[in-house]
Amino acid sequence: MIRSITKPKSIEEIERLLDGLNRIFIIGCGTCVTLTHTGGAPEVAAMKEILLESGKLVTGQIVVPVACDNLTSEILNEEMGKIEQADVLLIMTCAFGVQTVSSQLKKMVVPALDTLFIGKETAYGQFNEICTQCGTCIIGETGGICPVTNCHKGLVNGPCGGTNQGKCEIDSNKDCAWTLIYNRLMELGRLDSMRKLQGPRNFLGEPTPGKYEISKS
Amino acid sequence: MISSFKKALDSGKFIITCEVAPPKGINLEKTAHHIELLKDKVDAMNLTDHQSSVMRYPSLGGALMVKEMGGEPILQMTCRDRNRLALQGDLLFAASRGIHNVLCLTGDSVMLGDHKTAKGVFDLESSQLLAAIRTLEKGKDLGGNDLDGSPAFCAGAIVTPEANPIEPQLIKFEKKIEAGAEFIQTQAVFDLDKFKSFMEYARQFPVKILVGIILLTSAPMARFMNKNIAGVNVPQPLIDEIAQAPKGGAIAKGIKIAGRMIKTIHAENICDGVHIMAIGKEELVPDIMAAADLTS
Ligand code: SF4
Ligand code: SF4
Repeated sequence: MIRSITKPKSIEEIERLLDGLNRIFIIGCGTCVTLTHTGGAPEVAAMKEILLESGKLVTGQIVVPVACDNLTSEILNEEMGKIEQADVLLIMTCAFGVQTVSSQLKKMVVPALDTLFIGKETAYGQFNEICTQCGTCIIGETGGICPVTNCHKGLVNGPCGGTNQGKCEIDSNKDCAWTLIYNRLMELGRLDSMRKLQGPRNFLGEPTPGKYEISKS
Repeated sequence: MISSFKKALDSGKFIITCEVAPPKGINLEKTAHHIELLKDKVDAMNLTDHQSSVMRYPSLGGALMVKEMGGEPILQMTCRDRNRLALQGDLLFAASRGIHNVLCLTGDSVMLGDHKTAKGVFDLESSQLLAAIRTLEKGKDLGGNDLDGSPAFCAGAIVTPEANPIEPQLIKFEKKIEAGAEFIQTQAVFDLDKFKSFMEYARQFPVKILVGIILLTSAPMARFMNKNIAGVNVPQPLIDEIAQAPKGGAIAKGIKIAGRMIKTIHAENICDGVHIMAIGKEELVPDIMAAADLTS
């Protein structure tokens, strides 16, 4: 299942964002951030402690089931009293959740997390970015491995000169996408597709901000 | 317009190129000194393009200096900092000012340099930049539009003969040739036996190969490269040789080693020329050439 992968912002950054805002309501989420241990019930409780220690007042907290869902507003309605007492909502969900809440409640929000990527859990406690939704999928020619996402530079014609022992030049813990693609295509007997000189990528799949409507025909 | 470097490549003589790094800032004295010293000794000099993702005076500016001083520049262009509009525009500018040799590189990650939070562009990569050059030469841009006056270039690329794994690298190498590379300057080579076997493979392609030779300046520098630079393997005997140099004599030893390697490559006709990288010590290039018994 795809997940929104997050990491906590530093306490210093959160303190800076909360400067002058003393009454805080904290929102966590029961889905992705619970899985990544960044915004589930234990993390929300720990954040409350930190805020109290730094002299803030916590008017309440909640862990909603799925923060990015449109139903979140109904769940938050039940907490409206405590939310209204707050100067700011400190939101420990991914940025989809933060934006959902901010559009529903029209209240000052501060994200407590940085949203890193949309990925999946590939081993226990390990999350990987698999697809960056580029809008012009090319993995039919790369053995089903995405170089747009897995190659640090998004190269589509094979490895750069930085590949080292099959790892990427930026991190010896990351596989070089083009070593993976080469091995996969070799297994499949389809190296010819790697030999094909690919033209410049089409970055106009869907201009940001993406928008899609089901055609009414 | 056929560049003098292209003529030299076609002449069949043993080619000598070297590297000149533009300065960090606008004090061009040292760069001008290196150009003055080397311009008549080598067939062409490469101007590095924010090498290792470290921001410097641009390669285009350096290439223009070489041209104005009467030398033959090879403009290095990476795809890290410019999208296809900027790259094509800079190619047009280069050609309009008499710069006709280009080395096409993908470029290092910005994370390896001194502006780590910058955006890496990589709209094109090395083989697509080569293909873009061939398209511009035909009077079209990458958008399919007609040019009013088309440029001409001698285009090249790089290869890492000791990459690990090597097979994907060789596929990329072949694509660069297909895309239009006329010459290849290699990543630093230290193991001549391995390089010979690479050349046995590379000889089948219609491309001139200039072997990359880096000046070793100390044993720690050699170990640093082994650890940090992909595809560079300084063999232990060479590290020992330089470590055993008398105090203050490491650089002289490095010059001797580089000269010896070039001499062997030249004498045995292993490849078409040499690309000397004396990183930060460009003034020593003539000494390396002398140690290799090379005169231009
Ligand atoms: S090419 Fe990669 S990023 Fe683009 S849609 Fe396909 S998998 Fe996703
Ligand atoms: S080392 Fe591999 S994954 Fe990393 S940037 Fe180069 S080609 Fe891409």
